[in-house]
Amino acid sequence: MAATDVDIFSNEEKRNLSLGGHVGFDSLPDQLVSKSVTQGFCFNILCVGETGIGKSTLMNTLFNTMFENEEASHYQNGVYLRPRTYDLQESNVHLKLTIVDTVGFGDQINKEESYKPIVDYIDTQFENYLQEELKIKRSLFNYHDTRIHICLYFIAPTGHSLKSLDLVTMKKLDSKVNIIPIIAKADTISKSELHKFKIKIMSELVSNGVQIYQFPTDDEAVTEINSSMNAHLPFAVVGSVEEVKVGNKTVRARQYPWGVVQVENESHCDFVKLREMLIRVNMEDLREQTHARHYELYRRCKLEEMGFKDTDPDSQPFSLQETYEAKRKEFLGDLQRKEEEMRQMFVNKVKETEGELKEKERELHEKFEQLKRMHQEEKRKVEEKRRELEEEMNAFNRRKVAAETLSLSQPLKKDKDKKN
Amino acid sequence: CNRNDKQYVGFATLPNQVHRKSVKKGFDFTLMVAGESGLGKSTLVNSLFLTDLYKDRKLLNAEERINQTVEITKHTVDIEEKGVKLKLTIVDTPGFGDAVNNNECWKPITDYIDQQFEQYFRDESGLNRKNILDNRVHCCLYFIPPFGHGLRPVDVEFMKALHEKVNIVPLISKADCLTPNEVKKLKDRVRDEIEHFGIKVYQFPECDSDEEEEFKQMDKELKECTPFAVIGSNTVVEARGQRVRGRLYPWGIVEVENQSHCDFVKLRNMLIRSHMHDLKDVTCDVHYENYRAHCIQEMTSKLAQDNRTDSPLPILPLPTPDVETERLIKMKDEEVQNNHH
Repeated sequence: MAATDVDIFSNEEKRNLSLGGHVGFDSLPDQLVSKSVTQGFCFNILCVGETGIGKSTLMNTLFNTMFENEEASHYQNGVYLRPRTYDLQESNVHLKLTIVDTVGFGDQINKEESYKPIVDYIDTQFENYLQEELKIKRSLFNYHDTRIHICLYFIAPTGHSLKSLDLVTMKKLDSKVNIIPIIAKADTISKSELHKFKIKIMSELVSNGVQIYQFPTDDEAVTEINSSMNAHLPFAVVGSVEEVKVGNKTVRARQYPWGVVQVENESHCDFVKLREMLIRVNMEDLREQTHARHYELYRRCKLEEMGFKDTDPDSQPFSLQETYEAKRKEFLGDLQRKEEEMRQMFVNKVKETEGELKEKERELHEKFEQLKRMHQEEKRKVEEKRRELEEEMNAFNRRKVAAETLSLSQPLKKDKDKKN
Repeated sequence: CNRNDKQYVGFATLPNQVHRKSVKKGFDFTLMVAGESGLGKSTLVNSLFLTDLYKDRKLLNAEERINQTVEITKHTVDIEEKGVKLKLTIVDTPGFGDAVNNNECWKPITDYIDQQFEQYFRDESGLNRKNILDNRVHCCLYFIPPFGHGLRPVDVEFMKALHEKVNIVPLISKADCLTPNEVKKLKDRVRDEIEHFGIKVYQFPECDSDEEEEFKQMDKELKECTPFAVIGSNTVVEARGQRVRGRLYPWGIVEVENQSHCDFVKLRNMLIRSHMHDLKDVTCDVHYENYRAHCIQEMTSKLAQDNRTDSPLPILPLPTPDVETERLIKMKDEEVQNNHH
């Protein structure tokens, strides 16, 4: 009965019904919110920019916290990524914030490989998530999601255009992460120069096909503000954790001999816009885009690489499970084969060595026998010589005795002769 | 003025004669500017010489710069002030440090400097020396970005490749992005790193001991201020009731010639008003002489290796003959020897 019923329902058109009273499912978003507040949120920012361009200062300014960081040196051999995780709390909302720094970016004389560590890091976070997702026993709700939700790309305020390194790097990153380009240390560009600079940068990005993050305009609540913000990209920011007295207020600012640049003054820089967009309005959308777009793209590519397909040659949908099982069998088979091979090799080696050892043993034995024989031979010879010697001695003794006895009887005869 | 008829000889007028003759002859100066794109080199040159040398230049965009090679461009202008004529040549190095792979990007620059030395060497050793053109580079302004924590590897390598060929004056560019504290910290850092890496930048000559105190004090301040943190501007703005070269910001106006804003005035005074001639002298007496001595040594060691003791050519310190000429000389040598036999 169940199967046919389901078929009928799926062919029917959806109907909108009106309610007779208040049911109460309008509390669903609240339930969702309450659940996520309990769970806590997690947000991962990647800051890409030259050493000293103001990445750490901007993070400190954005989150109103002094994250610990030492000044980086310009003499790193290559680029490496430094992730740091912090637990922040505002009202009753917990945020697990990870800030990833690119140390050494832009310092090398040859920067052809500079983008690689960054791409590798992003891919690794995707890979880790994918591994977790593919596990048989998985705990995604507990999983610490380290995938990068936003990449802030810091552009040096030259006033001309993007640097060649900027273009190359952003092109490598735009399909893997949400990019928001920002103009760093913007207090060195005057208003008219800034206008031209922004236009030049955006046109360079467009003409080179670099996809940067667009603030979403499909949600009515935020369409207006987001579309106006899209027009202000790239944001020209100034960061500062120092406070300066301006009028009767104390604000975060940079004090110069010719004036005071106030970080939160919108006619001085776009810091407030960046904070609005990044944190207060679109943080959740950034997380969603990372998961639904960038991660999905990575996953699809990775699985295709591994040989998975959605449909087999006969257009019958493959079940992921079957394919997975098949892959697993194959893999295990491979593994077993390799094991066998290795075992065989090992056995052979053992046999060989054993053979060699036996051979050596035999040789030694032979040598021993030979030596023994030699020894016996020697002994026999010596025995013989001894006997000969003894015989000689005996013979000599006999002769001696004989001679003595003879000499004893002789003197009597002589005496007799003498008497006569 | 001791105009005693018997005692006064009159050679005290020599300085005046020198002055008169030099005004008549006119001066020339070749200034090189080097550093990555976008550090304000052209703007600074315009501010220094109060002209617009770069009216129609075309800037490359990022894509074009990925594999860009370094070019050498020259702009020569004749400017005059109070009857004194100056032929100013600015040597630019577009593309330096802009590519993704900048290995040896300073080579075209060192080659250029060497070429000018070689040219001068040839001219100086030639027979007709009436109108020798001096294209040797007298000073190189090197622009260090203010965005980092100090010198970067490319800065160190560049300066080390050039410090024995040209007077290097390192500058901290676009200094309007640094607060006074940050300027001081960066200057100290750069000075330490220059010493640490053994880079020989241009040193101001010591003051004579009989100079005025005020001058000595100024000189001391000048020396302690290096590397100069500069700001340039192509535009004139209204500040404190005056029209000055500056940069207009929503939070204030940066005046290029205000000494509490940046070291532009110090640089201008040093480069143009007091040390221009010393820069030329050091170039001629030190860098060029080093080059020349090195060249001659190489030549004589090469000649000693060649068995050309019967060479019909006299062994003069001639410029190193190139491969073509060498071959020709050898051919002629053999001809002459064959004719003898």
